[in-house]
Amino acid sequence: MARVGIIGIGHGQFGRRSDATVQELAFEAFREAVADAQIDPKDIDGSVIGSVPEYHKQRSLPGVVQEYLGLNPVPTWLTEVACASGSAAIRTGWMAIQSGAHRLMAIIGCQKMTELSTPEILALMGRVGEVQWESVFGTTFPAYYALFAKSHMHEYGTTREQLLQVAVKNHYYGARNPNALFQKEITIEKALESDPVSDPFQVYDCCANADGAACVILASEDIAKKSKKPVAWLDGVGCATASMSVLRRPSLTGLPSAEEASRIAYKMAGVTAKDIKVAEVHDCFTIAEIMAYEDLGFCAKGAGGRFIEERQSYADGQTPVNIDGGLKAKGHPIGATGVSMTVEIVKQLRGEAGERQVKNADAGLTHNVGGIGQYCFVHVLRRD
Amino acid sequence: MFKWFGKVNFAPYTKVSEFANHLKDGRLMGSKCKQCGQESFPPRADCSKCLSGDFEYIEFSGEAKLLSYTVIHAAPTGFEDVTPYTIGVVDLKETGRLLAWLGDTISEDEIKIGMDLQVVPRVFEELEEIKVYYSLEKPGTTWSVGQSS
Ligand SMILES: [Zn+2]
Repeated sequence: MARVGIIGIGHGQFGRRSDATVQELAFEAFREAVADAQIDPKDIDGSVIGSVPEYHKQRSLPGVVQEYLGLNPVPTWLTEVACASGSAAIRTGWMAIQSGAHRLMAIIGCQKMTELSTPEILALMGRVGEVQWESVFGTTFPAYYALFAKSHMHEYGTTREQLLQVAVKNHYYGARNPNALFQKEITIEKALESDPVSDPFQVYDCCANADGAACVILASEDIAKKSKKPVAWLDGVGCATASMSVLRRPSLTGLPSAEEASRIAYKMAGVTAKDIKVAEVHDCFTIAEIMAYEDLGFCAKGAGGRFIEERQSYADGQTPVNIDGGLKAKGHPIGATGVSMTVEIVKQLRGEAGERQVKNADAGLTHNVGGIGQYCFVHVLRRD
Repeated sequence: MFKWFGKVNFAPYTKVSEFANHLKDGRLMGSKCKQCGQESFPPRADCSKCLSGDFEYIEFSGEAKLLSYTVIHAAPTGFEDVTPYTIGVVDLKETGRLLAWLGDTISEDEIKIGMDLQVVPRVFEELEEIKVYYSLEKPGTTWSVGQSS
């Protein structure tokens, strides 16, 4: 199979962006990615937009973004799989280039969320559970992950402190990422004082809703080989699904879609979990990162709590995870997140991550989860 | 009348709408495929195993075991007035699972994963319109019309 490479990256400021429309946010990331790739935007032959439309007043987002980026008349389309919409955009870009239909594409994840109130977002996000039998009881997105957390704590003895150690680590690295929403460190003591959300979670267990955009330029193998920038090859592309309803999951201690997507991605790239030198995982809640360590095979099932306690996911640990602050500290503009993760891995592979740089980063991974694991995309990226 | 089901209902029209009528009469119903016999909870009109659309309701005992739970403090639109509330997911004795509120017969410090619970059909009595639901209660708790919760 021919390879598809990432030759340009762009990342806007995440946060409450009351200064910009969603297409203006997309433009910031796009402009940076085009400059980074040192390409003429006229050579781009299509774009894919990862976003969740329910949050925007503008209907049919790709149209307004494509026009604002000046990309008419080349094609564009939207991918939507909740919080994994950005990785779905990368996957369809990869597919489009593998098919031969496209050769050079802009993949843009963009989202504005903060124009809605928190209860409105809680209601909207909670309905990523099954609305017929679950939402009638006022389920929320944090509540679903809280069910996972309680189950994991009961089954494996994972502790409240271990959950918060994830947040402490991600804030530590967020403090070193100029694009992050929260650029300050926290302590477990401070986290334990925050307001309750859905037991055992308090505010500091949860990522924040945010506005933002990120962009990558995907190229066919022949174009990528001529790139002026070191290429990050998209060598493993895994995707899997699990039941919409939490009532039909085999267990509440992990995400079967993540296990399956990583199995596919590792196999395609010809690597194992041990080969991954740096990972970006979907830490929408503290338990989600602990389950990701296990689902991705960084540690044994049930050992995720000890993995963070022993600092194995810090930059100098066994498998550095979320060295950009993760969703927790960066903020989670849901459509942008998967692309943002990819931008960070490309920086790490190129050695451009500054004080966040991980040693010997020749293979990296992104793990982007939609909803409560209904969708999961795992991508393995490598440099030559 | 499936619009009767739940404090806020998002799916008023379904092929299993009779479920809510049964619940109003105090019966918790699952479904059984008439073709292959597969039983389901939540009930479903169309069989996931043999794809038949021919089903019947079967009454469930409501006996259940707690799989996980959480106390919700930050509520979505429409549930602010009942905050905080506790939801639990249970494994049903017959088959399948159910998500519901933990009711008044269980205090917060008694809740333990693995504990036995009883699913009890309920009516929102403070509301004028018909609104039914079920809650998770101490084993032995029974439903009766007009009983205050
Ligand atoms: Zn059947």
